[in-house]
Amino acid sequence: MTVADYAFYLFAIVLTAAGLMTIFARNPVHSVLWLICAFLSASGLFVLLGAEFLAMLMLIVYVGAVAVLFLFVVMMLDVDFSELKAGMAQHLPVGLLIGLVILMQLTIVAGDWIWADAAPMLRAAVAPPPAEVENTAALGQLIYTRYVLLFQLAGLVLLVAMIGAIVLTLRHRANVKRQDVLAQLYRDPARAVELKDVQPGQGI
Amino acid sequence: MGTGSIGLGHYLTVAAILFVIGILGIFLNRKNVIVILMSIELMLLAVNINLVTFSAYLGDLVGQVFTMFVLTVAAAEAAIGLAILVCFFRNRGTIAVEDINVMKG
Repeated sequence: MTVADYAFYLFAIVLTAAGLMTIFARNPVHSVLWLICAFLSASGLFVLLGAEFLAMLMLIVYVGAVAVLFLFVVMMLDVDFSELKAGMAQHLPVGLLIGLVILMQLTIVAGDWIWADAAPMLRAAVAPPPAEVENTAALGQLIYTRYVLLFQLAGLVLLVAMIGAIVLTLRHRANVKRQDVLAQLYRDPARAVELKDVQPGQGI
Repeated sequence: MGTGSIGLGHYLTVAAILFVIGILGIFLNRKNVIVILMSIELMLLAVNINLVTFSAYLGDLVGQVFTMFVLTVAAAEAAIGLAILVCFFRNRGTIAVEDINVMKG
């Protein structure tokens, strides 16, 4: 076994364990932290596969953005999470059964599946050969030429998601004083200041 | 890339196990929407591992391009889902799945 093999087993075991802990953890904050651990080891697997750019993208997008989003929401919501965990033992048999069935189906598919003879040549023709160009450059050559429309559409999806999230969560509280710029600009000195002639010994 | 005794099957096995863990998570945490969202993220991660594995072993970068789009959609989905969750919690004061029945008619 080479170092890469050991690294694969390390990342795979950590990934599986972190995935299990994500769904079994009692505290949702712990769940999020285990999810981060799972994404870290998955990006390790990506590096082993030679997809360095995607590994780093994974770290930035998931660990940097999505997981932190989850953490914020978990901490913001004032929910009794232990109450939500109550029915876990009762759902466990059904979940295990369905999981087992799907795992068996995947195994059957994997066991009964063969390469088409022409498939590797056919697909390899699309992208530049990996030995000549490094991963990030090769991805860039594909994204900005063949898939430029899809790339722009992905950006549009993100824009719509951002606007949607802002619209959904923005709220105006009724009893909070806000700055009204127009009212300030159109303030009239004649009505803002009132001069009174106060007699000595008397109040207003 | 993919040298040594580790082959395509090893990566596919890891991805399959992770996918099943995601499904199991949805069944186990049927009340907690946040953990359900996290399980969906795990399943998307398993799919991404599959795509990158095939991309590496077939020498075809299109799988990695598609992984980027899956990543984009996953990020958008997480943001929108959590925003809906926050909005729902403000209105109803709960996030239990059973209590989400306003549209039930």
